[in-house]
Amino acid sequence: MADVSVDKKALIEGERPLFKASYGKLMMWFFLVSDAFTFSALLIAYGALRVSSVSEGLAWAKPEEVFTHFPLLYEFFHKDSPLVFVGLMTFILILSSVTMVLAVEAGHRKSKKEVAKWVRFTIIGGVAFLSCQAYEWYHFILGTTDGAYLVDARSFDGINVPGLDELSYVVMEPVGGEEGHGTPTALKLKDGSSITNPDYVKGILKRSSHWHSGVYAIPFKEAAKLNIPGLTRTQSVVVYPVFDNTGEAVGVRLNNGYPINDKKKVDAMIKTAATTDGGANLMANEYGPPAFADLFFFVTGFHGTHVASGVVLLIILLLNVNKGTYEKRGHYEMTEKVGLYWHFVDLVWVFVFTFFYLV
Amino acid sequence: MSTMAHEGNGTFHDELHHHAEDHHGHHHHGNFWTNYVFSQDHKVIAKQFMITGIVMAIIGIFLSLLFRIQLAFPNESFAFMHAILGDWAPDGRLDPNFYLALVTMHGTIMVFFVLTAGLSGTFSNFLIPLQIGARDMASGFINMLSYWFFFVSSVIMLISLFLPTGPASGGWTIYPPLSALPQAVPGSGMGMTLWLISMALFIASSLMGSINYVTTVLNLRTPGLTLNRLPLTIVAFFLTAVIGILSFPVLFSAALLLMFDRLLGTSFYLSDIFIGGELLHYSGGSPVLFQHLFWFLGHPEVYIVLLPALGIASEVISVHSRKPIFGYNFMVLSMLAIGVLSFIVWAHHMFVSGMNPFLGTVFMIFTLVIAVPSAIKAFNYIATLWRGNIQFTPPMLFAIGLVSFFITGGITGVYLGNAALDIPLHDTYFVTAHFHLVMGSASAFGFFAGIYHWFPKFFGRRLNPRLGYIHFWGTFVSLYLVFFPMHFMGFGGVARHYYSNTAFTFMEVFVDLQGFITFAAILGFLVQFTFLANFFYSIFFGKKSTENPWKANTLEWTTPVNPGHGNWPGEIPHVYRGPYEYSRPDVKEDYLPQHIPDEEVERADGFPEHEVPPKRESSPVEVKEVDEE
Repeated sequence: MADVSVDKKALIEGERPLFKASYGKLMMWFFLVSDAFTFSALLIAYGALRVSSVSEGLAWAKPEEVFTHFPLLYEFFHKDSPLVFVGLMTFILILSSVTMVLAVEAGHRKSKKEVAKWVRFTIIGGVAFLSCQAYEWYHFILGTTDGAYLVDARSFDGINVPGLDELSYVVMEPVGGEEGHGTPTALKLKDGSSITNPDYVKGILKRSSHWHSGVYAIPFKEAAKLNIPGLTRTQSVVVYPVFDNTGEAVGVRLNNGYPINDKKKVDAMIKTAATTDGGANLMANEYGPPAFADLFFFVTGFHGTHVASGVVLLIILLLNVNKGTYEKRGHYEMTEKVGLYWHFVDLVWVFVFTFFYLV
Repeated sequence: MSTMAHEGNGTFHDELHHHAEDHHGHHHHGNFWTNYVFSQDHKVIAKQFMITGIVMAIIGIFLSLLFRIQLAFPNESFAFMHAILGDWAPDGRLDPNFYLALVTMHGTIMVFFVLTAGLSGTFSNFLIPLQIGARDMASGFINMLSYWFFFVSSVIMLISLFLPTGPASGGWTIYPPLSALPQAVPGSGMGMTLWLISMALFIASSLMGSINYVTTVLNLRTPGLTLNRLPLTIVAFFLTAVIGILSFPVLFSAALLLMFDRLLGTSFYLSDIFIGGELLHYSGGSPVLFQHLFWFLGHPEVYIVLLPALGIASEVISVHSRKPIFGYNFMVLSMLAIGVLSFIVWAHHMFVSGMNPFLGTVFMIFTLVIAVPSAIKAFNYIATLWRGNIQFTPPMLFAIGLVSFFITGGITGVYLGNAALDIPLHDTYFVTAHFHLVMGSASAFGFFAGIYHWFPKFFGRRLNPRLGYIHFWGTFVSLYLVFFPMHFMGFGGVARHYYSNTAFTFMEVFVDLQGFITFAAILGFLVQFTFLANFFYSIFFGKKSTENPWKANTLEWTTPVNPGHGNWPGEIPHVYRGPYEYSRPDVKEDYLPQHIPDEEVERADGFPEHEVPPKRESSPVEVKEVDEE
């Protein structure tokens, strides 16, 4: 039998659009419907986990206390500006939708130059949004200088915590140096003793990190390897408090998420403890129940992945526009298809934004 | 763009003429790789799905035999088990962990790889363009990707069988915490990770396929093929694809969250777990959340598996009884109703999960409502057979067998839909019997009916009917022998997930029956070799088929015996009527193909030739513009 070579035109020969949309646009629509269900499932999971942890009496994080950083304002003036930055992010993303609409409109007029211009603006918007998200995540992970407690490892006596040594640090206060900026000349341990031998100090400083709360910390296991007399006499652990609805700490969580819910022990533990750098990871965070940070990372990350894919699509689109692919094809339908995806991603952000920042 | 469409037509015909001229010059474009491996032709992709599905089916059924042997002979050891499974059957007796792994992999492979991709992938791909009069799918490239994603996902799933820690063992529903913690069962380590990766690829494949099916049905129908003239196969495939588009993404979310819990220590599904007396760090998660997300896919999945089979049965029963399908509109409406209801009944799988009992009542009511459209379908099949000129061909037998399984298995669904009855029966063999009959056996028979019916179109040759009859009766009888006794075991309280039923006397009395079931299952498995032999022999040496061997009405039989890429060498046939006009008294033949205009119909004696019925919608629909510019 003779083989018929099927090109796009032969296919379109049989095409009788039902909704006045070509097959390509229709496929994009159905993909977006499917993707909408993916995000719905995630947001429903958010709702379910939030409701269940609140019903257990735990306080959910308050967004206006979590997302307070605004570039420059925070870095130079140490000013809190709750939810201002996320407003800016959202505005940028919505603006990029506007430029996308303009690109599609220019496509209808087959103005190659204008399509390229507006697509370029949309790419800038997308990249700007992703950069903002990176800044947001950075501060979310870093947390505040007093979000957690530094607890003496001895207060874990009688509580079986697996791998406590891996989680503990030797924490030292700097002595000397200029106003806490220069290199300290001595290090003061928690038990009051000091290490003054310059070789020792140098060796310790090389392996330790300088925390925002001003102390130097070296992982306990590493400290043990240094063989410096007296260094391993103290051992501290970072714990994140877990608050109930009334704002009282009802439990603590170690850096690996391990929970201690015995209220008496917790009270004794944090009564005398100093505050230290907080932050968030997938197992524990200073803002609320672990589910809060888990969901924040997962859902905004999933959305960010979508935005990043959108930017890649837009870049491919731009290259093709510049090459004249669509001019040759006689229409700029590809712009519309990518545009549909872009608007969808923006719409999803509105929901993500509402859930994580407003309610 | 109407001008463009005509231009397109022109180019197409020019090529045809070109072909006609040097007909003996080159028959094929492209090379081996583009024609048979990375082909974008929907017919080749359908065959790829079919072969992969058959291979997966053999593996999936074989795994079930291995654990059936354990159930039948709980305390005996077999040298051959050790020979096949090595360390998984020390002393020739199945390792309990591997028993769980086998059950899990049997379920996963049969539900997803055989009855979802194998069935829908084969017949949606093959029949949608052929029956709606399209040259190919809307996007041949995405269609090709859909197969290859499926292929890679199958390979990954099979690789997991050979891991030292074994494949996933948490059941095909992979409930956490069992599936989340390698400490719980060895299969929840690497095996589960591969399961999740494989399923993520599978979902991508399914999505790409479904989007193509839906778009093709909506946009590429030939002139005259209005939505109310679609063959019921196409309606079924269309609804299946819509259900897939809406439900699989939720499984994707659920699987991603589970992946995070397993690999990165988040607590989406896990909370307050002690293992070996030690508290794990997870807190605040909800395992019931996973069940909700899973069954939001899981229940529609039942209909993703079943609807294509029902669609195929409608077509086959109508063709082989030489009668119009009874109640075409009700067939469509009941499928639509099943499709809609399938999304609001998922929690009837969770009556024993500690869900709020009030919710259970709501889901129970919706579940029982599904019995109505299902019953409509069953009655319509029977009514179509009623006083038909029934041809007992192999495809017809399989279609009737499907109706039998659909009724037998469906009735027990009414029992299980009641929360009060489900609670005692849920964890017993009663449920195993129910879903294997209504979803497993019925859909498998839909697959067979489709293969026997469309084999001439797939390969241009015919299957041997005698072997077909042996295959049908052997399979039909052995399936009933396997699954019918399970109802009684279920009533007797035999739990369905146990490695051996010897610990309690009330279960132990059923061990002999388990042995009987195992023998029936082995018989059923062996009978499949008559099909395999028939299938592969006939592909190459079967009797050559004619263009329309069953005298059917639909468009696929208007193509040449071995259609090339593009399906019709000439113009695409137009459609003038619905697909089920069989045995019309005023027409000479007992069938009236969709593509013959009223003017050219040969009338029966006594019916005046010139008296053409008033034109209803017999003129082709106008070609509209594709996009306005």
